[in-house]
Amino acid sequence: MKNQMRLEFDSISANEAFARVTTAAFMTQMNPSMEEVADVKTAVSEAVTNAIIHGYRGEVHKIVITGEIEEEWLKLTVEDQGVGIADVEKAMEPLYTTRPELERSGMGFLFMEAFMDEVRVESEPGKGTVVFMKKRIGCQEA
Amino acid sequence: MREDRKKRNRRDRRGARTAAAGRSAVMTLENGSLLIRVPEELDHHSAAQISARADQLIKEQDVREVVFDFSGTTFCDSSGIGMLMGRYKIMQALGGSVRAVKVQDRVERILLLSGVMRVIPVERI
Repeated sequence: MKNQMRLEFDSISANEAFARVTTAAFMTQMNPSMEEVADVKTAVSEAVTNAIIHGYRGEVHKIVITGEIEEEWLKLTVEDQGVGIADVEKAMEPLYTTRPELERSGMGFLFMEAFMDEVRVESEPGKGTVVFMKKRIGCQEA
Repeated sequence: MREDRKKRNRRDRRGARTAAAGRSAVMTLENGSLLIRVPEELDHHSAAQISARADQLIKEQDVREVVFDFSGTTFCDSSGIGMLMGRYKIMQALGGSVRAVKVQDRVERILLLSGVMRVIPVERI
């Protein structure tokens, strides 16, 4: 099976729920377990929240999610054209956050990595950030 | 006119949902214990609202304990962890406490993964 989707929306916090629910709806055709859906929803929520808070720093611009189903693989990208990340490796360290005053726990990437099979980040300061995520669906042991 | 009625209907529906397990949290303060019913989905959007309302109450009233009731919560991400740890720090500074109760499987997994259970007592549903 092969299928693609593209979703573009404003970087406001009310759209965090919209983004994860829409992505969950897209993956239902893969016949995922509830656990797998919850995993993907959490990862998408983290990436979108990062784009809103860190990428755009609260300003309203566009966030784009793309989804691709290829056999048992779900591939997602979450993209913003915000401030970018100078040191991606540092940003992905557990508990590291640039916004402690906003009660960011520094666990966003940790959760993405825990719930997806692969997470990769491409970013350039001043240009924006793309988070690539992959998860194999339907292969979890019951 | 039609538009008004539509709006009213929407509001009514939202009101009914809140009573069950909607997006906004219900807070009750009794004998110094602030009980917060966490909404169905706890993300950056809802966590920010809950934190602001809770902090206002903590500032204005005599709150000695904050209890987060997760019985209706099926989704939680790292923003929920930030919310819990933020209130924990505030209550710690005031000599009070924070705990989470009626936590379901999925939320428990998130709390475990985050390490928040090492500092905040968590009771399962």
